[in-house]
Amino acid sequence: MAFGPHLLLATLEGLVTSAVLALMALGLSLVFGVMRVVNVAHGEFYMLGAVLAWAVASAFGGHPAIGFLAALVIAPLVVGAVALVADRLVLKRLDYNPEATIVATIGLLYIIQQAALTFYGADARPVQAPFNYRISLPWFGYSGYKLAVIGASVALLLTTWLVLSRTRVGLMMRATQYDSETAQAFGIPVGRVYAGVFAVGAMLAAIAAVLIVPTSQAHYLMGRDPLLLSFIVVIIGGLGSLRGTVVAALLIGVSDGIISMFFSPTLAKIIATLVVAMVLVFRPQGLFGTSAR
Amino acid sequence: MADALTISGLDCFYGETQVLFGLGLTLRQGEVHCLLGRNGAGKTTTLKAIMGLVSARTGSVRLGDIELTGLPPHEVPKAGVAYVPQGRRLFAEMTVAENIEIGLMTRQRGKDVREAVLDIFPVLRERLRQRSGTLSGGEQQQLAMARALCLEPRVLLLDEPTEGLMPSMIAKIRQSVASLRERGVSTILVEQRVEAVLSVADRVSFIENGRVRETVGVDRLREDPDIVKRYVGVS
Repeated sequence: MAFGPHLLLATLEGLVTSAVLALMALGLSLVFGVMRVVNVAHGEFYMLGAVLAWAVASAFGGHPAIGFLAALVIAPLVVGAVALVADRLVLKRLDYNPEATIVATIGLLYIIQQAALTFYGADARPVQAPFNYRISLPWFGYSGYKLAVIGASVALLLTTWLVLSRTRVGLMMRATQYDSETAQAFGIPVGRVYAGVFAVGAMLAAIAAVLIVPTSQAHYLMGRDPLLLSFIVVIIGGLGSLRGTVVAALLIGVSDGIISMFFSPTLAKIIATLVVAMVLVFRPQGLFGTSAR
Repeated sequence: MADALTISGLDCFYGETQVLFGLGLTLRQGEVHCLLGRNGAGKTTTLKAIMGLVSARTGSVRLGDIELTGLPPHEVPKAGVAYVPQGRRLFAEMTVAENIEIGLMTRQRGKDVREAVLDIFPVLRERLRQRSGTLSGGEQQQLAMARALCLEPRVLLLDEPTEGLMPSMIAKIRQSVASLRERGVSTILVEQRVEAVLSVADRVSFIENGRVRETVGVDRLREDPDIVKRYVGVS
């Protein structure tokens, strides 16, 4: 394949990675931005989403689209419920203390991971894509489903932006993010906002997993790499910044796709980590973040 | 006059450090009650304790028949208490309109209230789409007051509202406080400027080491300036 088409293919693959990464990192970023909680268990919510997608899709017979669509609804709801329970039972009791919640979410990581190993097993299992349409380009054919993943991610990101910027719930979330004490003084139930944000953050990770699992496989250890990449994205983009998260996810995803294809995946990770180091040294608040209050 | 707010035996702590020691205070209906005291005396903590932002270990804060201690902090404004914190604490990244919208969170008929508040502070009407962090100090203070008035409070808590403002703006803020009194709003005002206290307050409580040492009418303050020297160190 000539260089041009090769580059196009790498860019498309990178965009798929970016789409999933943006959704997952957005969940992590929202949780940190609003609650000041570094959720180390975020990757496990992603893994749980994929595992549940397999379970739900397997339970439904007939056309793969039925099982997939059911998974797209049920898996995020179940993961959101798990996050809500974790918030009420653990994070709230720790008064959302930033240091204590890091340790607590590490614990949560192992609980979810080991529960998945116990009940789901160590095997990687596939989920069928809802459709298998290939788009024929002059140089190569490309998965229509992967393009649909990009479209779905863009739609979800836009929806999140609209909710945050145009709705009453979004206003409550932003007020809590900027100054939770003052928010309470104006009748905003900060505890409920925290619980909602933690659940929504986990659901975004679960949706990302359901979307990507037909192109990969569900496995109980699949949360590790996306967690690392999500942290890279939110550090580069700026914790709590939606715009920064999207831009950083595009940067990391597309560069990962291109460098992996032309050089090696390891080099892509080295460069991403180097970029994080540079950002931490020269702009610790991230490209689009604001300085700590 | 009936009492709008009654505080009795209030003990508050930051961690293990006690900052209020059995503090007691009565705010009468429609009065402007000023808290004077040195830095760290417990004035701001008193306001935060009323709002439930600092929880009381013992004691009581009653708004009419409603006991405020023990309520979650977000229920206190719904009961009818509004708070303008020191330094304004606006949501600086948000627009003026959004800050006002936050003040209206607990209101059902928000549009009428919003219009009424913007009539009091007309300069804000011209700046609705402007980011509140870019307003001048005086405009920010007006926005902080407007946001609080959106709650249609029975009791208003003002923490150093004239801090860092130029004289014309201080006069405007004083005028707003006086007009709120005419509308029956009871106000607790934390203030450092004695002349501001004399111009607007009905009674003054001196706070020292987390206790109310003395409460006097503003006339007494005029007659006996030494009382200010005793508790605040300046006159």
